[in-house]
Amino acid sequence: MTFAPTTSARPSRSKTRLRPAFWLPAALILIFVLAAVFAPLIAPYEPNAQNLLGRLRPPGTVSRGFHYLLGSDELGRDLLTRLFYGARASLFVAFASVALSGTIGVLAGMLAGFLRGAAELVLMRTVDVFLSIPAILLAILTVAVLGPGLVNVVLVLTLTRWPRYARIAYGQTLGIANMPYVRLATFMGASAGRILFRHVLPNIIGAVAVVATLEFGLMVLFEAGLSFLGLGVQPPNASWGAMLSTGRNYLATAWWIATFPGLCLFLLVLAVNLIGDDLRDRFDPRAPGA
Amino acid sequence: MMRFLLKRLGQALVTTIGVATLIFFLQHLTGDPTYLLVPETATRADIDAMRHSLGFDRPLFVQYLGFLGQLARFDLGRSIVQNIDVTTIIGSRLPYTLALAAGALVVAGGIGIPVGVGLAFMRGRAVSYALSALVLAAQSMPTFWSGIILIMIFAVRLGWLPPSSTGGIEHLVLPCVALGLLSMATFARITRTALLDELSKDYVRTARARGVSRIRLLFRHLARNASTPVITVTAIEVSNLLAGAVIVETVFAWPGLGQITVQSIFARDFLVVQGVVLLGAFVTVALNLVADLLYSAIDPRIRLEGARR
Amino acid sequence: MRTSLLAIEGLTVTIGGVAVVDGVSLEVASGRVLALVGESGCGKSLTALSILRLLPPAARFESGRVRLADQELTALSDGALNCIRGNRVSIIFQEPVASLNPLMPVGVQVAEALSLHRGLSAATARKQAIAMLARVGIPDAARRAGQYPFELSGGMCQRVMIAAALICRPQLLIADEPTTALDVTIQAQVLDLIKRLRDEAGTTILLITHDMGVVAEMADEVAVMYGGRIVESGGVGTIFAAPAHPYTRLLLATVPRLDDVRKTALRTIEGTVPSAGAWPEGCRFRNRCPLADAGCSEVPPLAQALADEGGSAPPRGMRRGDESHRTACWHSDRVAELA
Repeated sequence: MTFAPTTSARPSRSKTRLRPAFWLPAALILIFVLAAVFAPLIAPYEPNAQNLLGRLRPPGTVSRGFHYLLGSDELGRDLLTRLFYGARASLFVAFASVALSGTIGVLAGMLAGFLRGAAELVLMRTVDVFLSIPAILLAILTVAVLGPGLVNVVLVLTLTRWPRYARIAYGQTLGIANMPYVRLATFMGASAGRILFRHVLPNIIGAVAVVATLEFGLMVLFEAGLSFLGLGVQPPNASWGAMLSTGRNYLATAWWIATFPGLCLFLLVLAVNLIGDDLRDRFDPRAPGA
Repeated sequence: MMRFLLKRLGQALVTTIGVATLIFFLQHLTGDPTYLLVPETATRADIDAMRHSLGFDRPLFVQYLGFLGQLARFDLGRSIVQNIDVTTIIGSRLPYTLALAAGALVVAGGIGIPVGVGLAFMRGRAVSYALSALVLAAQSMPTFWSGIILIMIFAVRLGWLPPSSTGGIEHLVLPCVALGLLSMATFARITRTALLDELSKDYVRTARARGVSRIRLLFRHLARNASTPVITVTAIEVSNLLAGAVIVETVFAWPGLGQITVQSIFARDFLVVQGVVLLGAFVTVALNLVADLLYSAIDPRIRLEGARR
Repeated sequence: MRTSLLAIEGLTVTIGGVAVVDGVSLEVASGRVLALVGESGCGKSLTALSILRLLPPAARFESGRVRLADQELTALSDGALNCIRGNRVSIIFQEPVASLNPLMPVGVQVAEALSLHRGLSAATARKQAIAMLARVGIPDAARRAGQYPFELSGGMCQRVMIAAALICRPQLLIADEPTTALDVTIQAQVLDLIKRLRDEAGTTILLITHDMGVVAEMADEVAVMYGGRIVESGGVGTIFAAPAHPYTRLLLATVPRLDDVRKTALRTIEGTVPSAGAWPEGCRFRNRCPLADAGCSEVPPLAQALADEGGSAPPRGMRRGDESHRTACWHSDRVAELA
């Protein structure tokens, strides 16, 4: 075993974009996205088509014309179809909440880091407050106020996650805004907006992308978690989390109801985490958790 | 040292008030908090009476101060549904959640930290790739799924452990593992990164040049120097565990705070939900404060900032 | 012939497949100071680190032998080598503050080698550490021993490093650019300290530096490195007075002279050091050497230098030079023409 301390920088990573570590998970995510987008076209059946005579059938069985490739649930609905539609819910929530919370958070963070003074103080104290409340509890509380449902979940997640983006955008902006070329631009009369969007934003986008990727995975899990608790997507709409909740009750008799949605969640989040790791290596190897 | 402590206490207090403000804001988000608290069958008259008795017809600022005053007295209100003080309800459930969180922390730290050490020292060997894969897998598993899988394998198929509810220590095993798995991955990663960072520093080379063996290096030099990020993560993970308990308690029918929170939402018992969230927030703030104190105890540079040579 | 305490033979270290230390051989006689000189990146630090097998992970030890007195260090296990490190061979580094553990009191760090190699109790080791700190010239040693590195100046940290390195009375001290990171006034003090301690204990010193002034001050013998190879070696007096390699000659010429009355530009060596892997074939200095010709495409061996009689060119005759003076150049007889 060679154990020796380094005195110089660690060997640099390959910078090519063709690394399998990036493209394999990206392909997997693409499959999920395509499945979600084209669900109505490629899913075998209707997600809510019930077949009470064919309830709780194992994968591979046929009942009244339904070919249950992955089995059927407690109302005889085809599991595979519901997986397709569940992907819609998960991905919609994840994309929407990341886009919204990311935009709000990054803007807020950039302004705080650039304007400094009162804006900075108020914003960062607010971020601290938000981050002091455990995420899922805040989400649950907000659902308690706003009520359940897909759209509300997006609102809830946007409301609770923007501070994460604000924090990273703030930290990065602090570093960039003090760079000589930015100060020079201000001196030469460039407006704040121009500086922020032409100088600051392109430089912080890397770090923000790393956070956004990991947040994406978390949002998928949050949506599934809230739906699992009954607070997210409401029946009869399909959601992987809700299917897991049902599946829990049938573990001894119909293991497939819980297993396949969980597997989808696992694979999707795994792929997102892998991409996040790769991005992190590329843009910010000093970030914790590498 | 005193100045540092007071400063941090002050910040914690400000944050706490901020949290209370945020919760207050959420309460009033829909306009009239009375609707959150009344049962669905209430009549117009009932609602008006309730509003008055709860003080929601007072000016907003007065309500806000009243709310803060309540919290300062540790008064979390009275559950309308159960007609018991929220504090009592929380108090009866808290020990279960604490037991769960403690067990999960043992799993997470007890496995995660050694794995992280192994990953840092065995870089490039086959073992480290296998371990990395396991860590990545653990990190990608949603808690409810790992809980369900564990139940399926160990309770249903193998019958080794009970699938739910409380009882002896064997009832604690599956829920703690399910809850701790995700945190375990975080601990492993952070420990690994912290150690690798330290290993690349010059003083490690000097210590090696003095004849310090690997083991001694780990325990006498690296442990303290690499612990700062680990402490940070521990503080974060403990609050994550308390929050993650919500899901795990539902999966395993564990009678803790998480379970009562979810039940209270469906029972429209808003004050209980609010109470748990406030508690969670205060615990997080307190943990961060403790973490800061630990940093200053470990790193003399923080303690002695401004000291003259 | 004096007994050599340290003998390195054919040392080759590669980074990424490229030999950054290429067949280096040198000897240090017991009680003497050998200065290993060269520009940044010539491989001198790696040579020093190889002795104690402290190479960074990116570097690989390919071949070579390192003999300390009568022991072959390359054959030792890591555990056995640990007994040598800090005990019979010590090394001090360039950045004194970064080289000390920031979260450990300096006294503990100085005492560590004693606990490890002499098995002393913590209390006894601490007492001796304080005494050592006083010997290296740190005032108020007892109080300082409880302080942390960030509370000490750079010069004091270097003294702490020296104290820690010498506390077990090693036979060999390797000093890797010990004064480069320090202020000029402190440099002199630290060098004096090293000299004093060497005189008291007869320690052999391998001094790595790029500063010819330090060489003149401290060294008995000099080895000049370029491109991972030794290009010249010999007694310090000989090398300074009659260098037999163009690189050494030009290097010496770059040092501005106090008595230079003409106001000319600072002298440099033309060109820059090629990065590892971009070396020309044969003599590695040929692309920058005014004496280079087609014959230099063959690697010149390190052989005894010939010295010429008089001062100016052309040489009128040849006579045998100092036996220990070696150079790796096909045109060592014409070096005196340069500069």
